Amino acid sequence: MDGSRYDDGSTDALSGEQKIRNFNINFGPQHPAAHGVLRLVLELDGEIVERCDPHIGLLHRGTEKLMESRTYLQNLPYFDRLDYVAPMNQEHAWCLAIEKLTGVEVPRRGSLIRVLYSEIGRILNHLLNVTTQAMDVGALTPPLWGFEEREKLMVFYERACGARLHAAYFRPGGVHQDLPPELLDDIESWSHEFPAVLDDIDGLLTENRIFKQRNADIGVVTEDDIQKYGFSGVMVRGSGLAWDLRRAQPYECYDEFEFQIPVGKNGDCYDRYLVRMEEMRQSLSIIQQAIAKIRDCPGDVLARGKITPPKRSDMKTSMESLIHHFKLYTEGFHVPAGEVYAAVEAPKGEFGVYLVADGTNKPYRAKLRAPGFLHLQAMDHVAGGHQLADVAAIIGTMDVVFGEIDR
Amino acid sequence: MSEALKELGAQLELKRADCVLSWDVTHGELNVDVAPSNLVEFVEFLKSDRNCQFSSLVDITGVDYPERAKRFDVVYHFLSMYRNQRIRLRVSIREEDMVPSIVDVHPSANWFEREVFDMFGILFTGHPDLRRILTDYGFRGHPLRKDFPTTGYTEVRYDEAQKRVVYEPVSLVQEYRQFDFMSPWEGANYILPGDEKQE
Repeated sequence: MDGSRYDDGSTDALSGEQKIRNFNINFGPQHPAAHGVLRLVLELDGEIVERCDPHIGLLHRGTEKLMESRTYLQNLPYFDRLDYVAPMNQEHAWCLAIEKLTGVEVPRRGSLIRVLYSEIGRILNHLLNVTTQAMDVGALTPPLWGFEEREKLMVFYERACGARLHAAYFRPGGVHQDLPPELLDDIESWSHEFPAVLDDIDGLLTENRIFKQRNADIGVVTEDDIQKYGFSGVMVRGSGLAWDLRRAQPYECYDEFEFQIPVGKNGDCYDRYLVRMEEMRQSLSIIQQAIAKIRDCPGDVLARGKITPPKRSDMKTSMESLIHHFKLYTEGFHVPAGEVYAAVEAPKGEFGVYLVADGTNKPYRAKLRAPGFLHLQAMDHVAGGHQLADVAAIIGTMDVVFGEIDR
Repeated sequence: MSEALKELGAQLELKRADCVLSWDVTHGELNVDVAPSNLVEFVEFLKSDRNCQFSSLVDITGVDYPERAKRFDVVYHFLSMYRNQRIRLRVSIREEDMVPSIVDVHPSANWFEREVFDMFGILFTGHPDLRRILTDYGFRGHPLRKDFPTTGYTEVRYDEAQKRVVYEPVSLVQEYRQFDFMSPWEGANYILPGDEKQE
């Protein structure tokens, strides 16, 4: 060393030979392909990923801690803020957990409306995921087309509950309000128009050479990986296992609906894309069946009782109803002591709630089990050996959303 | 469903009498209490046994019961996709106890155990990389313990003068409010403010 050049460690001081070091880069937290605030510390050998250490928690809001000091009903809106791409599916798990402990039966109409909106949520999620993943690998048009449809679905959300995103529509014991008949008609007519849009996106992507080159044989997940890393949802079905909680452990009234479970063959990013596209078609069929069933099934949408508010008209005439309403929204209802785990097949995988109740009006402990947490954990395993550009494609098909991972 | 779970619970008790402290089926879910020393062995058994095949780990979490001598429960959920069953294991430990890590059996336990360590301060022996996971870099305390205040101890803000984010002790303009809505006519036995002067 003559002092004119600084020692950057690339040359061996004794022999003067060049040394090759691995290169560490920070991917995120502000990276458009990171789908939120993900920071990946990547160790690269040239362009090959040697090691991948995800740093999460940048969106940690302490939801579980906050939930311990709020009543069961006040906690419900927190679930919209977990996976904010398909909010109602998360609320569903919370309602199921409470209903399991309190033993409340949801009226059939309420149950059907839940199925209808869960499937709308699934399409909302898959539309966002498929199209933005395509954007990560270089296609700009799909997200523009997909978001147009998402907008229509959000209007359906808004017409049901008044909010486009943070719905708070599913309540313990049913759903908050009944749907107007015109809304059902509109959802039905949309469900007949949507396949054309889906075919358009299909035409853009499925046989697209660049899209295939970027996705086929990338991020292959085997059956062994699924068990080792606890995958669920599309990550499982993309690899050929027909595992779907809606079918395997039916909740709500999914057992009376006809739908197919699409499975992939190779378990790569491309197969997961295909599975998502097919799942949207299956969801459409469930939506159409649900609408037909809702039309045939008039009645109440909430199980009237201790944990649900009385009817507005009752409150005008009955003192007891008025007191009940007041106590319900201040003190909240009490849930008998016990512990349950309730899981739903959220669009991203198994979303579960482990609820420990101590008999008061607040949960003693609630643990939210997010599918993305486990998927992202396996990032080191799945992305290892791939090129840097593939990391974006893999994160895309893993379908991570930081609202639910960081909680 | 419950019948099959009861059968499974009885079978587990029979085969692994040394591991299973007690078991029950409530709300259609199988709960098994396990001694911490036998945990890894038992989880391995659950994974490999033909009648169990609980090969995917669903969740690991903790529950804090400050009034108990064995303060923490570490709760494991497993799922068998092949037999379509779920099981919940509970391990009760004292505050100073450590739990054996099951990362060697289920690699997916890695982040879950980091999270339990982060949130409850429970140490896992044999864990390859027990760092904090969800909280801030340099965070102190374990937020999900019941004695940790919901407001936390520090807050951050951007300081215009120093041109960076600064950490400060929490100062609340108003006391953090915990409302007491218990019905006086439903057998509440709390003391109203001022009652203590009676004696």
